[in-house]
Amino acid sequence: MTPSKQTAFSRRSFLKTSVLASGGMLISFNLFGACQPNVAPPIDISALNYNDFNAFIKISDEGKVTIFSPNPEIGQGVKTSMPMIIAEELDVPWEDVNVVQGKLDTKNYTRQVAGGSQSIRQGWEPLRQTGATAKQMLVNAAAAKWGISASDCTAKLGVITNNKGETLGYGDVVKDAANMEVPENVTLKDPKNFTIIGQGKSNVDIDKIITGKPLYGLDYKEEGMLYVSVLRPPAFGQTLESFDDSATKSVSGVSQVIKFGDKIAVLANNTFAAMKGKKALKANWKQNSQAESTEFHDKKLLSILNGTEFDTRRKDGDVDKAFAKSDKVIERIYESPFLPHNCMEPMNFFANVTDEKIHLVGPIQTPQGTARRVARMLSRKEDEVLLEMTRMGGGFGRRLYGDFVLEAAEVSSLAKKPVKVVFSREDDMTSGTYRPAIKYKIAASIKKGKLTGYHLKEAAINSNMYGLIPNFFPAGAVENYQVDTQNYSSNISTGAWRAPYTNFLASAEQSFFDELAEEMGVDRIQLHLDLLENVKNNPKPRVQYSPDRLQNVIKVAVEKSNWGKTSEGTYQGFSVYYCHNTHVAEIADITMENGVPNVKKVTCVVDCGIVVNPLGAMNQVKGGVIDGIGHTMYSDFAFKDGIPQSKNFNTYQLIRMGQTPKVDVHFIESDVAPTGLGEPTLPPIGAAVANAIYKATGKRLTKQPYMSYINTDKKILG
Amino acid sequence: MPTYTLKINNKTHTVEADMDTPLLWVLRDQINLVGTKFGCGIGQCGACTIHVNGNAMRSCLLQVSQAAGMEITTIEGLSEHGDHPVQLAWKEVDVPQCGYCQAGQIMTASAFLKHNPSPKDLDIRNAMHGNICRCAAYNSIEEAVKVASKKIG
Repeated sequence: MTPSKQTAFSRRSFLKTSVLASGGMLISFNLFGACQPNVAPPIDISALNYNDFNAFIKISDEGKVTIFSPNPEIGQGVKTSMPMIIAEELDVPWEDVNVVQGKLDTKNYTRQVAGGSQSIRQGWEPLRQTGATAKQMLVNAAAAKWGISASDCTAKLGVITNNKGETLGYGDVVKDAANMEVPENVTLKDPKNFTIIGQGKSNVDIDKIITGKPLYGLDYKEEGMLYVSVLRPPAFGQTLESFDDSATKSVSGVSQVIKFGDKIAVLANNTFAAMKGKKALKANWKQNSQAESTEFHDKKLLSILNGTEFDTRRKDGDVDKAFAKSDKVIERIYESPFLPHNCMEPMNFFANVTDEKIHLVGPIQTPQGTARRVARMLSRKEDEVLLEMTRMGGGFGRRLYGDFVLEAAEVSSLAKKPVKVVFSREDDMTSGTYRPAIKYKIAASIKKGKLTGYHLKEAAINSNMYGLIPNFFPAGAVENYQVDTQNYSSNISTGAWRAPYTNFLASAEQSFFDELAEEMGVDRIQLHLDLLENVKNNPKPRVQYSPDRLQNVIKVAVEKSNWGKTSEGTYQGFSVYYCHNTHVAEIADITMENGVPNVKKVTCVVDCGIVVNPLGAMNQVKGGVIDGIGHTMYSDFAFKDGIPQSKNFNTYQLIRMGQTPKVDVHFIESDVAPTGLGEPTLPPIGAAVANAIYKATGKRLTKQPYMSYINTDKKILG
Repeated sequence: MPTYTLKINNKTHTVEADMDTPLLWVLRDQINLVGTKFGCGIGQCGACTIHVNGNAMRSCLLQVSQAAGMEITTIEGLSEHGDHPVQLAWKEVDVPQCGYCQAGQIMTASAFLKHNPSPKDLDIRNAMHGNICRCAAYNSIEEAVKVASKKIG
């Protein structure tokens, strides 16, 4: 990255609003100045009056700053890290910053989405420019006040200083500054001079979280709001035939029952009554399309893998020829189940649809697209929708889909009342947008000890890997390389789940490479380093990843984990992967206790460029690794006749503290622009665990979750 | 509908509710104490953990009729200024990711440390095993319980 540069700034994204010259603001200023002349009073900076500066920034007369965080917060930490980037370039003390969640505002913000680990990567430049532009305007205003050139002024930590040593605070010039011309070009800081970015900052909502203040969608309420529990078809492929709500209507607190589509809404004055009323409904359902079971999906996907009908997504050289000429071909199949997201906060949303507007409040990863869908469904204009985002009790991809927002809007529209749809855990787990079940067949050819061909086939439910994945490792490293995909269209709803596709693909490929190295008689670490060397020597590699950065994370992981030097009874497994623009190597240390693997420690080395907030970044990395271990080891989700077989946490296992390893995290020091962290540490861990289990037991695990081997046949790992 | 007198965070509340209503929903919907979270409704996840006579309990399994007369503490009443050693430790370690389960985690940890102020590592892992954190912030939770035990001990 060039240390500092002139950047043209789009005027459209920097719309000024007029200065508020309200009495309230002056009173607050006077009180502040008059009552506490010498002592800095303890003030609630969220309660001050602020001058609107732009869509991201407000500055009070006291120089305190409110920064609006544009993107949805699902636990990935952007409500802290995105404002940190603005505050860095604006150059204000972080202690003076109050962060507020921005509303959906398509005029002033771009890409208000939580997904794909892209908030920081795509927000990096625009957020820096936003802060730097505001800072320049403040400097220009101070210069005008002094009657000197702006180049004779500097600004630091909220104070502008001129060449005579005189100072003005940001609060002193904010009203003038807000009326200044927006500068076309601003200078960004040299990353060497960062004072906020790179420093660990606590979650901005920490005080509210630890004291139980209302923050989440489930906590939101309005006067006269009714709670809604919705009965949906129990099996996929079913429609509603008829229903009897007489028992429901006798539940105290229930006020109304409304049929909409194939669903029935129970409205009540409290959540429990709505849920109880729903349980009392008697409904008859009709199976309209195939009632699918897990055995059915397994057969379908295997028949795809063993067939010939594929879309070829990338083809280098000729794998068939390489296989025919080889000394040896190895071929393996890897299998994964459907997975629900299971956000701790079940799906919910508030809606109040009136003739004037559509007010929506709640947890959603895709506010813009969802507002549009609601407007379309109700035949209303998009600008009639006011959507406010709450903090979210997890996302993991589930809240990309606004099905629960549409439900709330439709029920409110029919009832003509403010409502909040609340899912029970059973609703949440059985009407999901699941991670689709996927199977991979991987084949590779070996000739004279070298890898000559690599053929990956994907059979998935409903849809296939997205466009760039065929250019991930080992693309570019093997002369003959092919990626084929095919899917089976199911009536079971599927969608993105933390690190879509790669969450299992990395497990499959990195397990395969472990076995391949063994077949080739080479060291598994060296095999990766050599293959990455091939990429560097390939004149046209067409890859997304950097072979140098992957080699580097591998080398650091080997060093930091004491690879190969563990004590007796500890077994290590290695895995490396690139996705979401981030390079990650992981080494899992396991022990075996009564035939059951116990992951004791994971060494995780991450190259994500500049680390904006080391505290938040550490949390993302550790969480991604342990989440990955949990779903790899324990979580299973089957269907029988279209009905999900797990409905709550008594029949669906999520990882718990006693099953967790210590995660030892190392970030590669870097001065290049930051990349995503919400997802990329999850995909590699499955293979690191499987490869360690192989070392301990001699068994290659190819089907997730791995605990199914122990549950069905204790001897397999014993 | 029956009326119940509840003692919550040292205040008395009189509520009207069906006797089988879980205390969780009375707290959230009627008394506006929304810090206690709904996660599963069957006592499996721990998001709704409160203190009843000083012991950690699942408010989703406790019916309002059983709660009458008990000393109930929710996350809002754990300390007056958010400065219970466990809360301070949570802040120091910067535990939360999404944060939704943390009130339950803090209530479990604070009841546990009251009975066992100097726990061994394995005691902590056993005590916290009943609380699910979907973001898997378990390393930080474990660390924060240790930090809190030092503050208490």
